[in-house]
Amino acid sequence: MEKGTLKLKTGLAEMLKGGVIMDVTTVEQAKIAEEAGAVSVMALERIPADIRAAGGVARMTDPEIILKIMNAVTIPVMAKCRIGHFAEAQILEAIGIDYIDESEVLTPADEKYHVNKWDFKVPFVCGATNLGEALRRIGEGAAMIRTKGEAGTGNVVEAVRHMRTIRDEIKKVASLPKEELMTVAKEMGAPYELVLNVHETGKLPVVNFSAGGISTPADAALIMQLGADGIFVGSGIFKSENPMKMAKAIVEATTHFNNPEILAKVSKGLGNAMYGMELSKIPKEELLSVRGW
Amino acid sequence: MLKKGVNFITVGVLALQGAFREHINSIKKCGANAQEIKFPEQLKNIDGLIIPGGESTTINKLIKKYNFKIYLDDFYNSGKVIYGTCAGLILIAKKVINEDFGLGYIDIEVERNSYGRQIDSFEEYISLEFDSGKKFKAIFIRAPRIINAGPEVDILSKINNNIILARQKNVLVSTFHPELQDDTRIHEYFLKMIKNHKKV
Repeated sequence: MEKGTLKLKTGLAEMLKGGVIMDVTTVEQAKIAEEAGAVSVMALERIPADIRAAGGVARMTDPEIILKIMNAVTIPVMAKCRIGHFAEAQILEAIGIDYIDESEVLTPADEKYHVNKWDFKVPFVCGATNLGEALRRIGEGAAMIRTKGEAGTGNVVEAVRHMRTIRDEIKKVASLPKEELMTVAKEMGAPYELVLNVHETGKLPVVNFSAGGISTPADAALIMQLGADGIFVGSGIFKSENPMKMAKAIVEATTHFNNPEILAKVSKGLGNAMYGMELSKIPKEELLSVRGW
Repeated sequence: MLKKGVNFITVGVLALQGAFREHINSIKKCGANAQEIKFPEQLKNIDGLIIPGGESTTINKLIKKYNFKIYLDDFYNSGKVIYGTCAGLILIAKKVINEDFGLGYIDIEVERNSYGRQIDSFEEYISLEFDSGKKFKAIFIRAPRIINAGPEVDILSKINNNIILARQKNVLVSTFHPELQDDTRIHEYFLKMIKNHKKV
């Protein structure tokens, strides 16, 4: 019997496909998410919009809060560690978390290196804004990728940019003659074997969800039509006027992302979505998606 | 690989959430046709149905929301073949501990996440009752456990006394994920079940 293999790590992500992973901060929110049909919840002390508002250093959530949420739901529970903070990751593995998100939403602990995810039995999801970054994370052992978007803004524009960038780069790599791949690997800063894999399969070697700014069923459908395998909704649910209704609507929109009649039906009467921020008004040093190397 | 005599078979894979694309690929690799099922009316056009792995709570909610139950009951009662993997097994079981779901197509009692959390997920080489060839590599992800099985349930594979692959008449279930492997022997067995049903 073998445990902690890459197949088991990527396999769980395969099972989450076509689903919505929701940020929650309390047992009550976790139960709402499960009841609404979330495939998993991300246990947090604060949702990204509040992390953004609070400023200061954002760290791993208190394990007690995470454990309470783990005990309250039957769906898998994820939690975030800071970029490069392998001790936080060890703690999350020790409490039996189902997936670790090495996340730019928290303040990075290392300005140069990410966690060596091969050291862990628990799977990791990592953020990426382009193909090179995604393949570097996979090279470090990530079993799932999450396009970053700009978390806590309620603005989907960065999520769209990152999805389109990765999709276009995959198409390019797939169409190039083989002799150009080593140079592409060098320019992207990505392992050659993984570039070759993308060239041969025409897709990322792991599941790719989309995150950061998705706040309505229409946002979810847009990002799914751009090729995401599923979505993360952070602040979009519990910063909206009617979280249960919004959560259910986003779940249905993710399943029926290419069916406009259903999208129209589930989009009706949801109340106010979360407040959305214009990205050009956010100071550059406060942008989260540029974190990660 | 069973390529011959299955090109007239169309398998539907319930595509509400989960690993439905992998099942479609496995069925196509065997030489049969496969299509996604997103609405209950689509069940009319298929010879066999796979309910895939995913999150059983999520898929259960979408089955209810889109009124699949009566159509699924008709499909089952007509004797057409149904295969449930992992979450799919949970959804078609007779009884699920601590949950109100279970469509009752196979006489088994099931416990969700019975081996533990993700860190307890495992791979194991298993023997298949219907195939004396090499062992099959089975992938168990937050797998359910069959706690009890009725007298009409045929056991097709076991590990450590736990039933992991079973059949009752036209219903097949596995607690693991053959769709994540290149080995298509279990999908071939499922297609043979459909072939035999079509002959009758």
